[in-house]
Amino acid sequence: MELLISLIIGVLTASGVYLSLRGRTFPVVLGLTLLSYAVNLFLLVMGRLTIGTPPIITETATRYADPLPQALVLTAIVISFGMTAFVIVLSMKAFLEMGNDQVDGKHKP
Amino acid sequence: MNLSLIALTPFAGAAFVAAISRLGRLHAAWGSGLVAAIALGIVYPHIATVFSGDVIVQSVSWIPLLGMDFAFRLDGLGLLFVLLILCIGLLIILYARYYLSERDDMGRFYAYLLMFMGSMLGIATSENIIQLLIFWELTSLSSFLLISYWQTRHESRMGARMALAVTGGGGLALLGGFLLLGEIVGSYNLSDTLASGDLIRSHELYLPMLILVLLGAFTKSAQFPFHFWLPNAMAAPTPVSAYLHSATMVKAGVFLLARLFPALSGTSAWFWLVCFTGLVTLVVAAYIAMFKHDLKGLLAYSTISHLGLITLLFGIGTPMAALAGVFHIINHAIFKASLFMAAGIIHHETGTRDMRILRGLRKYMPHTALLAMVAAASMAGVPLFNGFLSKEMFFAETLFIANQPWGWLLPAAATLAGIFAVAYSLRFIHNVFFSGEPVDLPKQPHEPPRWMKVPVEILVALCLLVGMLPAWTVEPILAISAASVLQGPVPEHDLAIWHGFNTAFFMSLTALIGGVLIYMARRPLFAMQEKLEHLFDFRSLYEFLLEKLFALSNAITRLLDTHSLQRMVFVFMLFIIALAASGMTATDNDLTGNRQTLPVDGVSMLVTLVIVIAAIATVVLHRQRLVALIMLGTVGLGVSLVFVKFSAPDLALTQLSVEVVTIVLMLLALYFLPQQSPNESGKWLRSRDAVIAATAGGGVALLVWAVLTRPYDTIAEYFLENSLPGGGGTNVVNVILVDFRGYDTLGEITVLALAGLGIYAMLEHLKLAGSSHDGEGRAWDTDMHPTIMASFARLLLPLALLVSMYILLRGHNLPGGGFIAGLITAVALVMQYLANGVVWTQERLTFNMQAVIGLGLLIATVTGLASWVFGYPFLTSTFSHIHWPVIGEFELASAMSFDLGVYLVVVGATLLILVFLGLVHHQSHQMKPRKRIR
Repeated sequence: MELLISLIIGVLTASGVYLSLRGRTFPVVLGLTLLSYAVNLFLLVMGRLTIGTPPIITETATRYADPLPQALVLTAIVISFGMTAFVIVLSMKAFLEMGNDQVDGKHKP
Repeated sequence: MNLSLIALTPFAGAAFVAAISRLGRLHAAWGSGLVAAIALGIVYPHIATVFSGDVIVQSVSWIPLLGMDFAFRLDGLGLLFVLLILCIGLLIILYARYYLSERDDMGRFYAYLLMFMGSMLGIATSENIIQLLIFWELTSLSSFLLISYWQTRHESRMGARMALAVTGGGGLALLGGFLLLGEIVGSYNLSDTLASGDLIRSHELYLPMLILVLLGAFTKSAQFPFHFWLPNAMAAPTPVSAYLHSATMVKAGVFLLARLFPALSGTSAWFWLVCFTGLVTLVVAAYIAMFKHDLKGLLAYSTISHLGLITLLFGIGTPMAALAGVFHIINHAIFKASLFMAAGIIHHETGTRDMRILRGLRKYMPHTALLAMVAAASMAGVPLFNGFLSKEMFFAETLFIANQPWGWLLPAAATLAGIFAVAYSLRFIHNVFFSGEPVDLPKQPHEPPRWMKVPVEILVALCLLVGMLPAWTVEPILAISAASVLQGPVPEHDLAIWHGFNTAFFMSLTALIGGVLIYMARRPLFAMQEKLEHLFDFRSLYEFLLEKLFALSNAITRLLDTHSLQRMVFVFMLFIIALAASGMTATDNDLTGNRQTLPVDGVSMLVTLVIVIAAIATVVLHRQRLVALIMLGTVGLGVSLVFVKFSAPDLALTQLSVEVVTIVLMLLALYFLPQQSPNESGKWLRSRDAVIAATAGGGVALLVWAVLTRPYDTIAEYFLENSLPGGGGTNVVNVILVDFRGYDTLGEITVLALAGLGIYAMLEHLKLAGSSHDGEGRAWDTDMHPTIMASFARLLLPLALLVSMYILLRGHNLPGGGFIAGLITAVALVMQYLANGVVWTQERLTFNMQAVIGLGLLIATVTGLASWVFGYPFLTSTFSHIHWPVIGEFELASAMSFDLGVYLVVVGATLLILVFLGLVHHQSHQMKPRKRIR
């Protein structure tokens, strides 16, 4: 299972990095979103993998997943939404003002 | 009464004065006078205590960890400066009321002046040296505002910038000096510093500390070679010059020398550094002053020269010299303020300050002439005027090393400076008020308004009183301030006018006669000076250095910023990879640890496969933007399944709802963007990026593997144990968010709110035309709101809202909470927009989303503040169980109202973003569609 999650995070990171190196705004936004998935997963699994042990206190449960990375990731998800929204609107605005969606803001056709 | 009020009153007064100046032009002047008088009233009850020899120290702990106290002190030296700052300040306020013209904004002027006054008072009364430094920097900032008061003039802006650069740079050095000093003494309190003189002087850090502190003092006091800012600061209105360069600003530097005198003086390093700087400044500035044609220019260099004299006295370091230094601080403040004011009157009434044009004004303004003559005589050191007394003490003190080899140089240089001083004082008087008839003056000269002369008269009267009756006027304050400078007994001194035919008297006599002779021979001297002018041009050196500095910073910027995001991201990734690689290769540990791994099951394999394929498809198909977006959505859903698998139900819910909102948002945005990306990168570039991406991904995968196969220590136990008894909730993740780490969450929702508002700001008034066709060239469907979808969405709304309420309320104990509930509500509402159209929905949903965001932040913050009412730290939560009829036992936690705040911010921000984008979208349909852009 650890191998699978390493694979997922690795592939997400690689895809994110590749797309964020593109020259147009939309793929870069896609890339940043993929990178934020990778980072969120990375943070979560720092609490190690456990199955069927949600951090909700019950009388019967004997062990719980680490709640701290989960709390971190929860806000990170919402914040990355805010960031994605900001960046995508920024790219719209840039497209409107420059007539193209180059990330370098060049006035290329 | 509280000492801190002395310094803080003018700051409060500045706002007050700025406010009342709207009611009438002169209100600001009267208001400022009132503020200064109140500050004097606050000092008044302390005066008797200080005169009895006591030191008042009041201190409040501020940042105890750093040794920072909010501490004030009033002793003899502090009191002397407080009185000088406030009394001369009052006169300046009166004078400026007549000086400023109809066009000048009085409120702004007096507000700046009061801020400056408060900063100076802060320097004079600070007990903590770091706090002293804060006020020190505040004087730099407020004097910048004062010097640049006439903002439209180039020389005002330039002069102000130069003053700020030089004194601000000095302030930086002083900060370093004070930190070292605090390190040596072990305390930032002045009382401790003054008592540890021997410790400081024998410490190995003494010399660097001394140099840094002196840099601060010398830049502020315009000592050579930092003197050039002061003449350029003459672009300020004359009341400002009169204030800054007599009793305040430049005196802050010598105040510092006096303040730290017992702690720092008495070493040969102190003697040589301070004496030499003072001596050079004294002589060179006095020499230059003789050749200035501008009245204020002459006074500016004379100020520099007198500051050199005071510095030199503190450098000599004997108790008697220190006493003479304090005495000259008082005398210089009095005569220089009156001279600047007189120069201002002359400028005001004739329209010029150029001494090549001014002459013979005695006939037109005899009263002003008389006042200026007395003040100038005091500046020249003529007997019976106050300047003479301290100057003769100075001459006497320069003799103390006369028996050493080359020891005669010091008195000789002092006498030479005295000669120059007499010459420029004589020029000021003779040139302006005598020497023929005025011709071609811009204005017909006449006496100024009556009350404009009153401040000058008061100061000139003081010149005479102190000069003739020193023992009755100045002696008491001089004695207590000298005592606090020396931190010990004041030496025997005799403030008499006549001390017999001693060496000092002959030096004074030589200066007077020599000065007159030089003035008579001025014509050939002026001609000679014209040729030497460039030798003293430190301003162009400063400008040269500044230019080089700008060039350097530009070069560094150009080196780092290539104006290409693509390239910078590339460099960034490369650097990160290199950093990680060096870290990974530096250790010999095995990649795989000894932790037991979990077995793999079929479903997990399948989900992994889906995520991996979708992610790769996003990359491969990224030029087909819509398809890539759908693939991205698939990845996001896959990620939420991973959260479910690994015991994170809250995260799965959040990820699911965020995914929906994100995809809707990106779809909306994509409508306005090109539908496809062109293939721009060449093969080489794409392979390069692929290598980078593969390396990064591989590295991260290895890292995750290495971490996951190793055991770890966690602080989770604390949260798990305290969640129920401490936070009153069983959902530990939610309790962490709203209780344990509530402060972080407050910050996060603030960020979200700002992102929402920022997007609103970008979208407002934005008019975009969308394309009429999709990427394949097919026209969009014209049926925008299919009936079945619209009806179902309306039916679903109450249900969706009910679910979100349920999720919100149960969040403390079961998966849910403000973030998730907020997103669900947002999704439910967004569905209405999608199905029924923006216009239809907006008619029915009339909330102002900015207000919702504001309300949410307010609720969250007030919940935090409420705990203060009960005497607990910010955001301490509480809970209790109440029994409701019918419903039964119900838990009520204060954290729930915090979560409500979170909920409102999330709903508000999400809808603000989507609805505005939707509105832009809607408007674009009303406009004529543009041609497709690829």
